[in-house]
Amino acid sequence: MGMTMVEKILARASGQSAVKAGDVVEPLVDLAMSHENGALVINQFNEIYKDTGLEARVWDPSRIAIIFDHRVPAESSKTAGNQKKIRDFVARQGITKFHDIRGDGGGICHQILPEFGYVRPGKVVVGTDSHTTSHGALGAFSFGIGATEMAAVWALGRVLNVEVPGTIKVVCEGKFKRHVAPKDLILHLVGKLSAEGANFKVIEFHGPAIDSMPTSGRLVICNMTVEAGATSGIVPPDAETLRYLKEEAGVTEVPELFGPDADAVYDQVITINVSKLQPQIACPHTVDNVKPIKAVLGVRINQIVIGSCTNGRLDDLAIAAKILKGRKVAKGTRMLIFPASTRIYLQALKKGYVATFMEAGAVVMNSGCGPCLGVHQGALADGDVALATTNRNFKGRMGNPNAEVYLCSPAVAAASAITGVITDPRKRGE
Amino acid sequence: MAKVVFKVGDDVSTDIIYPGRFMATVLPTETPQYAFVDYPEFNAKIKKNEFPKGSIIAAGKNFGCGSSREQAASCLKGPDFVVVARNFSRIFMQNAINLGLRMVICPTIEANEGDELEITAEQVVNRTSGKSFPLIPMPKARQAIIDAGGLIPFTRKLVLAAKGKG
Ligand code: SF4
Repeated sequence: MGMTMVEKILARASGQSAVKAGDVVEPLVDLAMSHENGALVINQFNEIYKDTGLEARVWDPSRIAIIFDHRVPAESSKTAGNQKKIRDFVARQGITKFHDIRGDGGGICHQILPEFGYVRPGKVVVGTDSHTTSHGALGAFSFGIGATEMAAVWALGRVLNVEVPGTIKVVCEGKFKRHVAPKDLILHLVGKLSAEGANFKVIEFHGPAIDSMPTSGRLVICNMTVEAGATSGIVPPDAETLRYLKEEAGVTEVPELFGPDADAVYDQVITINVSKLQPQIACPHTVDNVKPIKAVLGVRINQIVIGSCTNGRLDDLAIAAKILKGRKVAKGTRMLIFPASTRIYLQALKKGYVATFMEAGAVVMNSGCGPCLGVHQGALADGDVALATTNRNFKGRMGNPNAEVYLCSPAVAAASAITGVITDPRKRGE
Repeated sequence: MAKVVFKVGDDVSTDIIYPGRFMATVLPTETPQYAFVDYPEFNAKIKKNEFPKGSIIAAGKNFGCGSSREQAASCLKGPDFVVVARNFSRIFMQNAINLGLRMVICPTIEANEGDELEITAEQVVNRTSGKSFPLIPMPKARQAIIDAGGLIPFTRKLVLAAKGKG
C-alpha cells in the first residue's frame, strides 16, 4: 500500500520501512522552534529534571530555534523578563538558531525559519505555535505542539506518541485571476471544510495552481490549514522548493526530494478550480465564516492591517504598494503595515514600498506579530472593525472582544484602505 | 457526580479561554486568574475559588481551537475543572493530556448549566435530565501519559531510564 507525503516522512523519522494513518510513532525531530513562550518551555524543561540529579541539557542545541516575535520590542517588564530568561538559557545551552530583537535578522518565526534555510524537505519540524503548519510549504512535516510537549522534545529529541494523521488531498486546478491570491484559496478551503473539518488530519496540496505557486504563496496556504483544524499542510517539494532554498534561503546543499506514492491512500480528495475563485472574506468571529467579497462590500473599516506570518511577505507588500501608489488611506481609517521580517522590511525599503505606504498615510511598523494577536500594537477599541491579512478573527483577537475582525488578501486590504470600506480590488482598475 | 458550572458553544477558541493579551503570564500557578477573563462573572467566581474540584465545563464541538498556548489548558487545570465537549481541537487536547487536565469526549452530550453529571468509563449520565450519552475513550498511546500523571513525570522516567542504560 502506498504512503502519503506525511506517512513517508514519519516512517523515515521513526526508522520504519512503512507506517500508515493511525499508527503511533515517536519520530526524531529535525528542528524544534519556540518564540517568547520558550519561557514556559524552559520552566517545564527544568521541571522534568527536578530531583533527578541530572543536569538539564537540551538534546541538541543546533536543532533548536528560538525567535522573538510575539511582543517585540517588549511591551511590558514581564515580557522583557521572559525574554531575558530565554536569552540566558540560549547562552547557557549553546543554542545557535536564536533571533533576538534586531533590525538585521529579526522577524516572525514562520518567516525566519524558511528565510534562514532552517526547514528542509522531508524533515520533521515542531513548534510551540499553531501556525507551525506553515513549513509544510517546503515539504516538511511541521506541526504545532504545546510548551510541555516541547520541553519533552528538548529532553528526548523526539515527539512521543504521535498518531500518524490521515491525509486530505486537495487538488488545485486552473490559474488565479487578477487580484485573486493564495489567501483566497485557503479562505475558501477553510470555509468549505469548516473550523474542524480537517481535525487531526494533514492537507496535502497538489495540482497546476500549486505547481506554479511561489513558495511565498505555499506558505500562506499551509499556514492557514490549522484554521480547518489540520495538524499540518504540506506541498510535495519540487523545482520551486529548490529554487527558494537556493536563491532566497542561501542553502548550498541540494536536499533529496520525494513525494507521496502514486497509490497513496487518502481520507478524502477535494478539487478546487482556482480560476473560478472570487476574493474571499472571513467574517467575524470565526475563520470558517467565509463569504465571497460581494456579500460584504461596503462594510466600514476602522483599521486595516497588512502583515503577519500569513501575508507579510514581499509579494504581499508589492501588491499593496501597487494599489496604494499615489493614493491616500481614507479619512477615518487607520492602516498598519508590518513586514514579516527585517529582511523583507529592507527589501521593501529598497523597492520604495515603504515610502509609498507612508505617503499614503499608512504606519509601517517593526517586523513581528504586532496587531495580529493584539498584545501591544494596534489594539482595537470597542465597536471597531478591522480588516486584516492575518489568519484569525476570533472574538478577542486584536486585543478586544468587543471589536470585529474580517480577514482578506493583501489586494483587498489595500483597495479597502483607499475607500475605508470593504472594496473589491478588481473593480478599481488597478 | 459534579455540576456543570459553565456552558459554552462550538469552536471556543484559545483566545476566549485565555486571551493573547495575558500570554506573558506563563506559570501554571498564575494562569487561572485569566481563565475566561472576558466572561467577568465566571472569571470572578474562579478567582474566588467558588467551584469545588471536578466542576464541569460543558462545551460543543472543537473546544480549544486556535493557538497552541498552553495557558488555555493550565488555567483550567488549576481550578481542576473537567471539560466535557463534543470534541476537542488537536493541540488543546494534547496540552490537556500533558498537564493532567481532565477531558471527556462525548459527541452527543446535552447538558445545561446547573445539571449534575456522572461520568463513568463508558458514558456521561446527565442526572438532571435523566439521559445518558456514550463517551469516546482516550487513544491508548495518550492514556499512558495520563496514567503517568502528565507528560513531565512521563518524560522524567524516560530521561532517567536513558541515563541508567548509558
Ligand atoms: S503573526 Fe500572528 S499568527 Fe503569526 S505567529 Fe505571530 S501571532 Fe501567530
